[in-house]
Amino acid sequence: MSPRLVHWELFVSEPILTLTDVVVAFDALRAVDGVSLIVPRGQRRAIIGPNGAGKTTLFNAIAGAHPPTSGKIRFNGHDVSRLPSHRRAQLGISRTFQITNLFPTLSVQDNMMLALRGLKPKKFSLFGSPDADEGEAARIVDALKAARIAERADTIVKEMSYGEQRQLEIAIALVTTPTMLLLDEPAAGLSPSERSMIAEVIRSLDPAITVILIEHDMDLALGLVDYVTCMFEGRVLVEEPPEGIRRNAKVQEVYLGKPRHA
Amino acid sequence: MTQPVSKTSVLAGMTSRALVIAALVVIVAACLPMVLSSYQVGLATEVLIFGVLAMSIDILAGFAGRTSLGHGAIFGVSTYVVVYATGQAGLSPWAGFALGVLAATAVASVFALLAVRTSGVYFPLLTLALGMIVWGVCLRWTQVTGGENGMRADVRPAALMSHSAFYWAVLAGAVVVSFAMWRFVRSPFGLTLRGIRDSESRMRSLGYNVPLHLFIGFTVSGIFAGIAGGLYAMFNNFVSPSTVALAQSVEGVLMMIAGGVGTLFGAFVGAAAIIVLENIVSSYTERWLMVLGITFVLIMIFAPEGIIGKLRAITSRKVR
Repeated sequence: MSPRLVHWELFVSEPILTLTDVVVAFDALRAVDGVSLIVPRGQRRAIIGPNGAGKTTLFNAIAGAHPPTSGKIRFNGHDVSRLPSHRRAQLGISRTFQITNLFPTLSVQDNMMLALRGLKPKKFSLFGSPDADEGEAARIVDALKAARIAERADTIVKEMSYGEQRQLEIAIALVTTPTMLLLDEPAAGLSPSERSMIAEVIRSLDPAITVILIEHDMDLALGLVDYVTCMFEGRVLVEEPPEGIRRNAKVQEVYLGKPRHA
Repeated sequence: MTQPVSKTSVLAGMTSRALVIAALVVIVAACLPMVLSSYQVGLATEVLIFGVLAMSIDILAGFAGRTSLGHGAIFGVSTYVVVYATGQAGLSPWAGFALGVLAATAVASVFALLAVRTSGVYFPLLTLALGMIVWGVCLRWTQVTGGENGMRADVRPAALMSHSAFYWAVLAGAVVVSFAMWRFVRSPFGLTLRGIRDSESRMRSLGYNVPLHLFIGFTVSGIFAGIAGGLYAMFNNFVSPSTVALAQSVEGVLMMIAGGVGTLFGAFVGAAAIIVLENIVSSYTERWLMVLGITFVLIMIFAPEGIIGKLRAITSRKVR
């Protein structure tokens, strides 16, 4: 076996994301309390749990918006524990926000342009033309099509419906061609038909992208992923494939409460 | 590509119609010295200079969402350096002008380093404080700045001695600088400033180094403020601490607001409105500051988007 091949195998087997004993504390409150997690390359993972379980805080720790108080985060062979958000984005971590976080006074096209140029030197072009070049235009159209809002490119974001804004969130996350996509409650606050639209968008994502999904709605989440992590009070409660999660007594307990006379 | 019908695209796409309007405005402006008295030509020159200052503030306020109260100081540093370099150091006016812009850029970059990590109300307050430091230095460093008496020097080149000739020179400068600023705000970099205005956290997660972008934006804005300050040195042949005072910064901001925040060229309209008002009203009453104040209150109530912003809203309503 050539040394080259050995190296290749190591590369394949290394998980894309490894969390070791991650703690995020706000003064006395340990919102994330010693979470360890291994996500293999290309996996679809859901993180579920009741309100206040620390799901979004964990996302913020992974994406860099609020770095961990202690513990280690390795992404794609780099220790990113202390890196700021924009450096992690450069390494291929892309995220959407639970509360829609777009550029409301700009057009969809400009939103996409900002998303696309975040990692390119062209963002420093001080007197250049504002228009997208051919390659950029094609990538923007592809991402908008994947999120099914291609016909809205010229609309100002604040004039779009909430559902469309959620779709734009995903389009923005996609256009950067991330290695790992963090989706924070992508379907929150949407109507049933909008939810199935979002589910369809997530299902048709490129299988090479690792997707981690926070979702409140168990039915939606379990239909989309290979593996589920259930969090409760800042810790990992259960890790199982979707089929097992549905029947898991602990999960039912944190979601439905403990039966009084058990 | 089709241009969307939106506020940003009116700014971003120089259509043939915009080009015609711009050309007409410049031609009319160029003809002004033929109909105005030399005193009025002086006022018009002042309008152009302060219009450039107000535009430089608008780059940050209207596009990056950061209102600087320190730009008067950056402007004034350039004025001081130009007057000192030509008067005391004996350099040519052009060399002095270049040094002035350079000094203003350097001061702006120092301001920027300190201010870019702040937002909300802290940004104007911090830039205000930094401007006050510059004012204090100019007031106290008497051997160099002349203290409260200021400095006099024949800065204006001989060729531009007449009111009209100087006006045309400033007009040419203002056109070039305005075009540069217009290109700047609609460039890929200018779009990043608008992105920062709308959502800093989103920009960070997309991979932008927000403070770095604000630093560059602030420094570039400082270059333009410095150009305005250099022109002002040639206009006045005199500089005193009131040139770098807070009132100067505030006046620039008020001109920008009166014209319309984020409209860029509104700065000239705002500068014209305020300078003309100041000069007309002050010839009738000593209470001209009160009249100015009332005018501002009225603008805030009836046209918070500024004069140009209001006109734009009215015309787009008619089109629809």
